Amino acid sequence: MTPTLSLKDIRKSFGGVTAIQNFSLDLYPGEIVALVGDNGAGKSTLIKIVSGVHRPTSGDIALDGTSVSFSDASAARSHGIEVVYQDLALADEQPVYMNMFLGRELTRKPFGLLDNTRMRTETQSLVDQLDVRIPSATSTIRDLSGGQRQGIAIARATHWASKLILLDEPTAALGVAETAKVEELVASLKERNLAILIISHSLDQVFRLSDRICVLRRGEQVGVRKTAETDKNEIIAMITGVHDQ
Amino acid sequence: MTKAINTIRSLDLQRSVIYFGFLGIFLFFAITLHDDGFLTSRNLTNIVLQTAPATIMAIGLVFALSAGEIDLSFGSVVAVAALSAAIAMQNGPIIYGVMAGLGAGIVIGAFNGVLVAYLRLPSFLVTLATMGLFAGIARTMTDLRSIPVLNDTFTGIFGSGKLFGVPSLVIWTIVAVAIGHIIYRNTRFGAHVLAVGDNARAAQVSGIKVPHVRLMVLTLCGATAGLAGLLYAGRLQAAKYTLGESDLMTVIAAVIVGGTALNGGKGSIIGALLGSLMMGMLNNGLILMGLQVSDQMIVRGLIILLAVAISLRETRR
Ligand SMILES: Nc1ncnc2c1ncn2[C@@H]1O[C@H](COP(=O)(O)OP(=O)(O)OP(=O)(O)O)[C@@H](O)[C@H]1O
Ligand SMILES: [Mg+2]
Repeated sequence: MTPTLSLKDIRKSFGGVTAIQNFSLDLYPGEIVALVGDNGAGKSTLIKIVSGVHRPTSGDIALDGTSVSFSDASAARSHGIEVVYQDLALADEQPVYMNMFLGRELTRKPFGLLDNTRMRTETQSLVDQLDVRIPSATSTIRDLSGGQRQGIAIARATHWASKLILLDEPTAALGVAETAKVEELVASLKERNLAILIISHSLDQVFRLSDRICVLRRGEQVGVRKTAETDKNEIIAMITGVHDQ
Repeated sequence: MTKAINTIRSLDLQRSVIYFGFLGIFLFFAITLHDDGFLTSRNLTNIVLQTAPATIMAIGLVFALSAGEIDLSFGSVVAVAALSAAIAMQNGPIIYGVMAGLGAGIVIGAFNGVLVAYLRLPSFLVTLATMGLFAGIARTMTDLRSIPVLNDTFTGIFGSGKLFGVPSLVIWTIVAVAIGHIIYRNTRFGAHVLAVGDNARAAQVSGIKVPHVRLMVLTLCGATAGLAGLLYAGRLQAAKYTLGESDLMTVIAAVIVGGTALNGGKGSIIGALLGSLMMGMLNNGLILMGLQVSDQMIVRGLIILLAVAISLRETRR
């Protein structure tokens, strides 16, 4: 099987600082890979490289076996890659449906005016499908809870992603019930045959959700483990670099 | 329960402030100034005619504020545009005048826009500076002299003319508000303006060309100021450097009272129209009440302060 995303020998330095190096990873359709590591390990940098925000200093990125290079975030998006940013990137004063179609608004012939009705109904059926419970597609984002917002951001990514979804700490700001809801949502994305890369600091979450775990330490890839074949102690040792027998 | 909450929300309390304010001031003057002719159709039409330039500039400002920018220079642009038009028509046809006036507005607006969008200078400072710059240029253009506008077609279209019995300034107002409203509410550009003012980073990662939107809204402000300049020149049949001088406060107040947020992401063209008419009624009513100019300024200032305070409370919610 061809990997959806294939990273080879990725290296990124900012001036003199090397944020990430020797990073290689293949990501397959319907697979969830968790990216873990301490603060400053280079996780967000890696996501930004894949999403077109940063260009790698060296190394190759391939999508479905074809080598690609993104000049900006829109270029990555047009290849079917969506990102759920840590700050969600939602416009708070706008209704849910406008956020769902942000930058890709639907229009109607003959005058090219916004097709609000279609955007509303499509948004409604999408949030229903994913079981994101919001009052309505016309609710303003600001009036929603943290979990609902997170749900909207993930629903948006799902709607537009055809290959790959990158999630940067999607539950960092959420309570217990809302975290469970988001995890359910992420798990359900596997059935859509999308490849998913998720950053998380919660090892419990990582073990609940992922198929494989990729560990970064100070910009270096320490190793990749199948979730079913490892345990927390091993992962913690890999993250911290401390081996206690 | 949620249904009830949604119904209340859909009433849009934030914008209803302007409806109550508008009605309140209207009723107050209608009753207290009944014998002074406030309610005569002539007086009411006059209010609309007088507010036409401010209403049109308010449309541009709604776009700018919604995108998170501001324009303080439009008052000076009015004078430069009106003078350019008047000079161009001194020995040229009407089309030269229209092109000179609108063109001046668009070029100045684009100048502000480039500085803001591509050099990332704050629009507040850029337009504060260009306000002074173009006020000075307006003064030197004709050595403080007033230039007459004698072209009858021009003064008809942009001033005292009528179409099917409707004064042309009323038509300009209606057309500009209608077009402005549709662009603001029903086009991708309008949606992008709101998105940029709401969360510029989110807009950018969503593929919206943020600098382009910033350039466009400031250019639009210039264009509306240019049109306002033509309307002043048409109605007064002359252009002078003082035109537009006192519009800055009126237009900003009209837009804020009309429910547009100062920090972007939210606004209303219809609200701005009502806000502008409200400012016009206020001016008109205070004059009819026989107040001295200085007292008018004080009362108007206080009422604007009150109205803006109430609107901003609601807009922030
Ligand atoms: N734009 C940049 N310029 C310079 N250095 C940067 C830049 N972005 C990241 N870095 C550096 O790269 C390293 C990795 O940062 P990164 O944000 O990827 O860490 P992270 O693993 O996401 O950490 P956290 O868990 O705290 O989010 C850090 O040392 C950081 O200071
Ligand atoms: Mg990070």
